[in-house]
Amino acid sequence: MAHGKVKKVVEEKPFGIVGQYSTPKDVYHAAEKFRDAGFKKFEVYTPFPIHGMDDAMGIKPTKLPWIILLCGITGLTFGICLTTWGSSETWLGGIEGGYKMIISGKPDGFDGIYEFIPIIFETTILLSAFGAVFGMIALNGLPKLYHPLFKHDPFAKATDDGFFIAVECADPLYDEKKVKEIFEKSGGDNVTEVMD
Amino acid sequence: MSDTALDPFADNPKKRTSLVQGGLNFGQVTDKVCNVIEGKFGKVWWMCLGVTLSMLGLLGISIGYLIWEGVGIWGVNNPVGWGWAIVNFVFWVGIGHAGTLISAILFLLRQNWRTGVNRFAEAMTLMAVACAGIFPGIHIGRVWAAYWMFPLPNQMGLWPNFRSPLLWDMFAVSTYATVSLLFWYVGLIPDLATARDRAKTKMSKIVYGIFALGWRGANRHWQSYERAYATLAALATPLVLSVHTIVSFDFAVANLPGWHTTIFPPYFVAGAVFSGFAMVISLLVPIRKIFGLEDLITMRHLENMNKIILATGTMVGYAYAMEFFIAWYSGVELETFAFVNRAFGSPFGWAYWIMVTCNVITPQLFWFKKIRTSITMMFILSIFVNIGMWFERFVITMTLHRDFMPSSWGDYKPTFWDVSTFIGSWGLFLTLLLLFIRFVPMIAIAEVKIVMPESDPHHGEEH
Repeated sequence: MAHGKVKKVVEEKPFGIVGQYSTPKDVYHAAEKFRDAGFKKFEVYTPFPIHGMDDAMGIKPTKLPWIILLCGITGLTFGICLTTWGSSETWLGGIEGGYKMIISGKPDGFDGIYEFIPIIFETTILLSAFGAVFGMIALNGLPKLYHPLFKHDPFAKATDDGFFIAVECADPLYDEKKVKEIFEKSGGDNVTEVMD
Repeated sequence: MSDTALDPFADNPKKRTSLVQGGLNFGQVTDKVCNVIEGKFGKVWWMCLGVTLSMLGLLGISIGYLIWEGVGIWGVNNPVGWGWAIVNFVFWVGIGHAGTLISAILFLLRQNWRTGVNRFAEAMTLMAVACAGIFPGIHIGRVWAAYWMFPLPNQMGLWPNFRSPLLWDMFAVSTYATVSLLFWYVGLIPDLATARDRAKTKMSKIVYGIFALGWRGANRHWQSYERAYATLAALATPLVLSVHTIVSFDFAVANLPGWHTTIFPPYFVAGAVFSGFAMVISLLVPIRKIFGLEDLITMRHLENMNKIILATGTMVGYAYAMEFFIAWYSGVELETFAFVNRAFGSPFGWAYWIMVTCNVITPQLFWFKKIRTSITMMFILSIFVNIGMWFERFVITMTLHRDFMPSSWGDYKPTFWDVSTFIGSWGLFLTLLLLFIRFVPMIAIAEVKIVMPESDPHHGEEH
């Protein structure tokens, strides 16, 4: 932001204020201060997950496990239907089945469910894994290749050895003076206002 | 730093040296790993790539000729209807298992040392599964009908035989490949973001940027991320056990003496982990040296892996003995014959004894701490294990050459094309390996930082 040509095209509105810390410990205690001050729309950016940070920030657990469970149940149902329907002549008493293959007199449809366990198991795992990965990406609002903080040069350290807190203007309690004061008290460095 | 004051191998975890040596801080860990992909890869890398690409070309030619001419170019015959294709398939799938064991099972067991080697081992899993995946596809004879294995609606109104172990295999291996790729990629996202933020050229910034999905390390993201990662570990654990179980079903479900045994699933899984760890050792020992990663992949990591080789190797040895015992104890003449013949009667007896020497005797040497912690020795022994495990699958497959009826007995001889396809699959494996080392952070940077004591927000506080 500091570098480059100054060219005012549209009026910029601020995104929030960001501050940098040098250790997990500092950023942890700083997050507690923001939480205790009643801020909701603030976020901690770290190169690795910090143990106990959810409590320090006062945020609720993720909903991801429910998504995974739902996907897993879908996979299970799909596996059962695919194998039992695909191997029977008539399915569930009336529906025309897939293709009945008579091999060594082995049972088909629901009677043959034991032989289908490997396949049902695999479809369950596959769909659960999809739920975990794509659910995580969706819940995190990724892919999002642009973010205001990327314009803040020191922020490149957030994936290396820098620990950041950003308080958004959208927070109802947002007050520039107060936010800067907490940053100062908690030992924040490079405290800067970032434009959206 | 206090690294050296402690014992790296102490049984009491509190007295152990840290997993990151050399007194590195967070930034230096990032530098160490990223310097590899940011540094210059000189002539040697290109020369290696040239060699592996030639091998890959050989694979292309072998497969092309196979499709043109048919499976008759291989040594398979009647009664030995399964030859090197299945041997290579099981060999490569097995190698992959170490990656998932390290990334998933050791994660659930809270084995923090896994962070130093998991990225590399998972990548090895993917490369090995890619190699394995070739063989079932090409061995079916009519390659253009390979899609019949998938449950796709078609104009023939035909569905696959869901009761066949070969179809289970198709589901298991494709699920395994997909989940392994996802697991590996999820682990990579933060490190790709690191590579993006350090990128010096526009091109690398864009490419790493796209793959990093805009990751910025927000705690709300880490929250879902960690949950996703732990769940994937929990899903991959039964998955990896199921994969080699199902691979063993390819044999064990057949009513054939020497194959039709219930010990096959656990024995195959142990063998897979055994061979996979040996491959990790064979590859990591030179790589950590070349790229100076000794502080991150320490002797403690290597020793732990050697211990796993010892444990799983012993299980494999036990399985060999138990197979023999049950063959005799069952009183089934054909079963007894199959095993006695394997070791003493068959023209492939030499293969059996290579297998026993490499897989039963070799790992036992790891009881000695001197050998377990000697770089040269572990490298040599890991190569032996790799050879032994290939021969194990060869021996099992060659059970076919002595059928029930002496009149239907036969012989087996691999042809040039069997060998060239196998060498070619190594070409694919090594090409992918070279590309991985060149472009992807080969150590999980974010995960290594978590196991450093400084990462604890209460580090240095009194409890």
